[in-house]
Amino acid sequence: MAKQYETVIGLEVHVELATKTKIFCGCSTAFGGAPNTHTCPVCTGMPGSLPVLNKKVVEYATAVGLATNCKITQVCKFDRKNYFYPDNPQNYQISQLYLPIARDGYVEIEAGGHQKKIRIHEMHMEEDAGKLVHDEWDDTSLVDYNRSGVPLIEIVSEPDMRSADEVMAYLEKLRLIIQYLGASDCKLQEGSMRADVNLSIREVGAEEFGTRTEMKNLNSFKAIARAIDGERARQIELLEEGKEVIQETRRWDDNKEYSYAMRSKEDAQDYRYFPEPDLVPIVISDEWIAKIRTAQPEFQTEKMERYKKEFEIPEYDAGILTGSKKMADLFEATTAICGKPKKVSNWLMGETLRLMKEQGVEVDDLKFSPENLAKLVNLVDSGDINSSVAKEVFEKIFTKNIDPDKYVEEQGLKTVNDDGALKAVIEEIIAKNPKAVAEYKGGKEKAIGALVGQTMKAMQGKANPAKVNEMLKEMLKA
Amino acid sequence: MANVISDETIEYVGILAKLELSEQEKEDAKKDMEKMLDYIDTLNELDTSGIEPMSHVFPVNNVFREDEVTNGDGRANTLKNAPLQKNNSFEVPKTIG
Repeated sequence: MAKQYETVIGLEVHVELATKTKIFCGCSTAFGGAPNTHTCPVCTGMPGSLPVLNKKVVEYATAVGLATNCKITQVCKFDRKNYFYPDNPQNYQISQLYLPIARDGYVEIEAGGHQKKIRIHEMHMEEDAGKLVHDEWDDTSLVDYNRSGVPLIEIVSEPDMRSADEVMAYLEKLRLIIQYLGASDCKLQEGSMRADVNLSIREVGAEEFGTRTEMKNLNSFKAIARAIDGERARQIELLEEGKEVIQETRRWDDNKEYSYAMRSKEDAQDYRYFPEPDLVPIVISDEWIAKIRTAQPEFQTEKMERYKKEFEIPEYDAGILTGSKKMADLFEATTAICGKPKKVSNWLMGETLRLMKEQGVEVDDLKFSPENLAKLVNLVDSGDINSSVAKEVFEKIFTKNIDPDKYVEEQGLKTVNDDGALKAVIEEIIAKNPKAVAEYKGGKEKAIGALVGQTMKAMQGKANPAKVNEMLKEMLKA
Repeated sequence: MANVISDETIEYVGILAKLELSEQEKEDAKKDMEKMLDYIDTLNELDTSGIEPMSHVFPVNNVFREDEVTNGDGRANTLKNAPLQKNNSFEVPKTIG
């Protein structure tokens, strides 16, 4: 019988914090600036420059630590991690090795129908490196230091995950916690959340871990899942062939769906860490921790419970609405304006998700305002527009965030509530469709559908179909 | 006293520091490092058991900045340090990691 293998996975997750400035200097952290415009002597490692710690970084890191049930290291320090690489102008990265800001935490995940705790070994603060752009033709690389010194936290899990599903659930959980805290936007594509996957395999039932590899360059949830499956298969193949897994760092190529051993930087694993002499220790007092704890927001699970209770939103819908901070914020802000939670939820769960899928829009890139959605809900509710017109208008809100009151007025989309006008049109339709009328009168109730449809068409959609139906029935009785 | 730096150590430290040293330079560096270690050995004469290791001489902690942008466009100054530049970036030999 073939051997059964178990995958053992631990994650190192880097998260760029949502501060306005870098970790040790007053340069902007805005994404997408022209190359090297957000730089100064500190973040380009000029001799004699002095780093000064951004207080907000400590607050965000502490908040994430508390939210992931970690113990906060109340006296913590920075260390230098020495290595030579063009993206690192100081020739060392300021990081934390000996006294990381948080330790021994966990998050609870749900995967494959069961609950599980994923332990967090430690979490530390550090600075990001610059960005290298490789020229395909020129055999050169270009370095942009705008990202150099952007604050990061690195969250190191214990090797507690056993499948790609558990990894996804863990990452999703971290992302939600951190987004809800406002500590980062956690966009994998833009690199504000990055995961390195440590993976080994062992025979089911074995106690010892196998030799692990570390995979880098994973910038989407899908790439992570594929990389896990690919690396598991590669390691099993090696073992089955009687070969050994070598402990190394590998780079995942998502196009080729294969990982490659990264060029081994000679003895690069020896970083010769030592305490950072330019930065003084950080003392996080009980009061400071208490203050940060009090400021913690309502997290997803609590929010979900509240939506179910307070707004009578079903479990599934509450899960989707709270599945990203952006969606929850939209829901709450719109509901606060129009006071109709179920209708707001219907727009978000229905048309919003449909259009997102159709147009490939990510939730964080939704552009419409709660004000305009609230106006639309009210327009439908008051019977000023019917549901098919509303869908049309919503599409405009979704793409251009138009003001629906104005738009409906300008385009003349208001439902005609003038009974006289409607009656005249219906009379005409009845006269034109003797066959349908005869069928209906002969007991085929469905035949009325065709008449409603024709009336709506004649009204250019600006009638309330329920009302048309009602009036038709009334008039056909005669 | 009398620390000895082996050939292997000098070789290894050279690799870590990305330095190519001539034989003469290696010998010189060995002597310098031995002297430094001997000097530091003085500390071994003190009993430091029960004393917290410290990384700073001054009893100062929590020196922070507020999270406010204080630097403007620093590109011109930064690029003055680039031996080679292209597209407003530092140009270096192709490096993929």
